[in-house]
Amino acid sequence: MTISIDPQKTNNESLQPKGWLRYFSFSLDHKVIGIQYLVCGFLFYLIGGTLASAIRIELASPMSDFMPRDVYNQVLTLHGTIMIFLWIVPVVNGAFGNYLIPFYVGARDMAFPRLNAVAFWLIPPSGLMLVASYFVDGAAQAGWTAYPPLSITTPQSGQIIWILSVLLLGGSSIFGGINFIATIIKLRRPGLKLMQLPMYCWAMLGTSLLVVLSTPVLAGTLILLSFDIIANTGFFNPVLGGNVVVYQHLFWFYSHPAVYIMVLPAFGLVSEILPVHARKPLFGYTTMVFSIMGIVVLGLVVWAHHMFTSGTPPWMRLFFTIATAFIAVPTGIKFFNWVATLWGGKISINSAMLFSCGFIINFVFGGITGVALAQVPFDIHVHDTYFVVAHFHYIVYGGTVFIIFSSIYHWFPKVTGKMLNEKLGILHFIITFIGFNLCFAPQHWLGLNGMPRRVAEYDPQFQFVNQISSLGALLMAISTIPFLINVFLSVRNGKDAGDNPWNALTPEWLTSSPPPVENWEGEAPLVVEPYGYGKEISERK
Amino acid sequence: MLNKNIYLILIISLVFAISFWIGFNVNLLPAEASINAPIYDELFKILFIIGLIIFIGMTIAVIYSLFKFRKRNNQIGDGIALEGNLSLEIVWTIIPSIIVLLIGLYSYNIYDRMGGMKELNHNHEMMSSNTEKIWAGISQTSDNEIAINNLSIEVSAMQFAFLFNYPKGNFISGELHVPVDQKVSMKMESKDVIHAFWVPEFRIKQDIIPGQPTILNFTPTKVGKYPIICAELCGPYHGGMRASIIVEEETDYNEWFNKNKKPEVNL
Repeated sequence: MTISIDPQKTNNESLQPKGWLRYFSFSLDHKVIGIQYLVCGFLFYLIGGTLASAIRIELASPMSDFMPRDVYNQVLTLHGTIMIFLWIVPVVNGAFGNYLIPFYVGARDMAFPRLNAVAFWLIPPSGLMLVASYFVDGAAQAGWTAYPPLSITTPQSGQIIWILSVLLLGGSSIFGGINFIATIIKLRRPGLKLMQLPMYCWAMLGTSLLVVLSTPVLAGTLILLSFDIIANTGFFNPVLGGNVVVYQHLFWFYSHPAVYIMVLPAFGLVSEILPVHARKPLFGYTTMVFSIMGIVVLGLVVWAHHMFTSGTPPWMRLFFTIATAFIAVPTGIKFFNWVATLWGGKISINSAMLFSCGFIINFVFGGITGVALAQVPFDIHVHDTYFVVAHFHYIVYGGTVFIIFSSIYHWFPKVTGKMLNEKLGILHFIITFIGFNLCFAPQHWLGLNGMPRRVAEYDPQFQFVNQISSLGALLMAISTIPFLINVFLSVRNGKDAGDNPWNALTPEWLTSSPPPVENWEGEAPLVVEPYGYGKEISERK
Repeated sequence: MLNKNIYLILIISLVFAISFWIGFNVNLLPAEASINAPIYDELFKILFIIGLIIFIGMTIAVIYSLFKFRKRNNQIGDGIALEGNLSLEIVWTIIPSIIVLLIGLYSYNIYDRMGGMKELNHNHEMMSSNTEKIWAGISQTSDNEIAINNLSIEVSAMQFAFLFNYPKGNFISGELHVPVDQKVSMKMESKDVIHAFWVPEFRIKQDIIPGQPTILNFTPTKVGKYPIICAELCGPYHGGMRASIIVEEETDYNEWFNKNKKPEVNL
């Protein structure tokens, strides 16, 4: 079944503000909402990055001397929460999903445009609320995991605002997920089959299933936790007979899939970017689809690997070891396929391609340490140490954030009609890549040798390595400068991009840049072979 | 074609050689001071070498592709229209599956050697609610050994300190003293929030949970003083929540024990 859009009903263009003002309005245009997500997410990325810099300044010396200890815990809690819930999740899902999915399925908008706008407009207030909680009575300071009883015993207002804010953000995420599933399944252009969709659609379908299945569990858990805090109930409070380990099970039932909610869309985006710049079809389309779905299924049954040192019985530890390690198989397939996509291509070495290749190298490294961490005996030593910090930054920064930048370089001409400056882009890549690896690679050694995570002070023998790490963080902070200059200069005076500067075949490029309000002047084109590179036009299906 | 294959084999052997060399010669771990430590380090070495082979191999493949297949200035048009290769896909599904399975079985073996799979005295009662539930960390001992010749210590953790209760001597110490080469069995419980007991040189860690006792057993093998580190965020002074474990010769330990022993224990 397909839903046809009645132009009379949705064409309320005249009611919407024009120009830059529409980005501050309750716009129903999926492209406007996508950019709203992206810019809003990037502003929170700058806040989260500032907090990260504060952490690295504190850790440049072994003593706790830069900020008070409780403020340090607030900073690390806000850093984690902001980066996950206000930057990565909204951007890889909300921003790129909203902008691209309607193009990819050949629709003029998302299935539920109003729900879409509501989902976005939940984000700025909850984000501001979270940041503002610092000025009330101090922000939450129990880490982004908010383990009880610590989260019950620390100052209440910060923790309650944190819960409220995460609940709203979770709601936004669920609304978005429902919208993506409905759009991909129901709004496809007539004649377009599921197995002809660009890979990002599959990634978003898988991700949205995870969002819809697991986010409500987090919401329920946090509501119970808030009862414990304000109504003195005893769900997780051991003083009243509650069980703290139950909270961990419930929390990780969402928060492990959350890793895939952050990473699967990036897998989809890189699958769009590599074929275009390598001028080759995506290698192994069918296995890519199956490996996404394999990751979705396995991703739901591995949560207890975050709890190997909590109270878990031995058989459970073993099951979660094997299940976790097996995620490496579908993930590995994807990486081999991407390298095979590059093989034999005519690769343009530009910023988008460099960030994508940086992603492959960083993520492979993070994946390898991930398989090691899945092994119970290995994990027992390094759990809750800087080794884990290094591992997940390789996944979410080296992986997902690299792809966010790659995607910005790739789709900037689509959104603005202007090209980004390549020299500044390559400079941005070089500083980011060096800074990132300098910051996080040494942290593996720190963890193995006895530095736990979330500490404001450490043994003096770790000082030198911590300073290298802080130097890397400084480079990462500096790397945003060429990027921001590039974006501001290019929006105003960038080279004219034309409609399709990369000669790409996916449907978003088959309209003008920037696209008109309803995406295509006439009917949406039927693209059944989004990766038909290297074929004569007559050969294409 | 033959030439190409020779180069490929050469590169692969080089990657293996480099990985093995690094794996055997670069030590990233602290000193080994318990029975667990050499077992752990064996697993670490294997995982490190496999990881290096995959990482170096993938990195070379990416950089080589970027270099070899880069678009030259005079080139136009696309690369080859290669959409996939079923036998290749099968190869890189099956080989990683086998590697992952072997690693899983091997780490099961390691875990078993560390004592992780041994039933503890209260373990079988875990599901019933009328007896006290104790969750086990890594164990070195079986039931009988616990009863007979273990040094048993009760650990309580609170913000921001560890206290070690020696029931046989009826005293509490802020420092953990243990004799070398003797099994130590600890029952741990927290008085407030979750803490964790971690000794990096022993390669062991176990959360200390309020309302839920946990057990951790170990056997130190090297005389010395090692840090006990709290590894679970427990409040503002989490980073300062430290204690020391002092592993000493049995005579030194007995001297220390007798000095601290309270006479009431004889009642």
